[in-house]
Amino acid sequence: MSNRRFLVIGLVAALLIAGVASFYASAHPDGLEYVAQKTGFLDTAEDSGAADSPLADYQTKGVDNERLSGGLAGVTGTLVVLLLAGGLFFVLRRRGEPETE
Amino acid sequence: MHVPDGFLDAPTSVATGVVAVAGVALALRGARNELDDRTAPLAGLVAAFVFAGQMMNFPVAGGTSGHLLGGALAAVLVGPYAGVLCISVVLAVQALLLADGGITALGTNITLMALVGVVAGYAVFKAVLLVLPRRLSSVAPAAAIGALLSVPAAALVFSLLFAVGGEAPIGFGKVLGAMLGWHLLIGIGEAAITGLVVGSVLAVRPDLVYGARGLFGDRKLEIRATAGGAA
Repeated sequence: MSNRRFLVIGLVAALLIAGVASFYASAHPDGLEYVAQKTGFLDTAEDSGAADSPLADYQTKGVDNERLSGGLAGVTGTLVVLLLAGGLFFVLRRRGEPETE
Repeated sequence: MHVPDGFLDAPTSVATGVVAVAGVALALRGARNELDDRTAPLAGLVAAFVFAGQMMNFPVAGGTSGHLLGGALAAVLVGPYAGVLCISVVLAVQALLLADGGITALGTNITLMALVGVVAGYAVFKAVLLVLPRRLSSVAPAAAIGALLSVPAAALVFSLLFAVGGEAPIGFGKVLGAMLGWHLLIGIGEAAITGLVVGSVLAVRPDLVYGARGLFGDRKLEIRATAGGAA
């Protein structure tokens, strides 16, 4: 499998998970939240300073359809991570072979 | 296991912030030796994939859910230093853009999921590889066991931090017991996803898997010494 093909398949898988499948993810509290609730420290949690972000809590502000709103937030987040991490690793990598890019 | 603002007091959050900065700085140095023209794009993809994977909460017993942390997965695929950076980027984007995990708790979350998750996951992976037969088919199971234990390891460190700087006066034993129990269960999901993904990448491109270096044929095997730290 070529590099390009491998990367495209991986990216499509990530986008499908974040954009489509995540709608079906479990809505139960995660392990930490559940333990906090049961042992009694959940109410010490404070609202995040980013609570007003247009993508806060994996919902896109202004998009009412829940499936679309969550999917857009997931796809946007995935692409932002890809750009930031990809850019960082591109800068950090050892330049190899004369086949400079 | 994203810690929100408010769970831990300011001194503890500052301390984990310092640990996180030091850890990320080390990772920035170390990652140079793990990444080249061929593997750098994979590392970017791994970060994006972990972000997506963390959205897929899976149900665990009794009304609880868990999700991939991704430390062991990233470390095995792209190397521990680059793995720390992958998870740190994911956590920073989650905290700043999606309000998932507190902003003052970002250092805590990087410490727990990027540093403890990667170090514990990768250390267990390497230890298990020593015991298993030296062949490619050992890599995915070893990664799964690393993943399994990386989750309770992070839960243990959270419990310790909470004992030192928790804002609510709750007994250490009570928090520790509950955290370890639930996160061992969540670790089973982490192990399944990690084993599956590492196995899939190995099936198509074993040469891209950092944790499999030296374990498969001699096809394009390069010894990359790169003059020690001089690079």
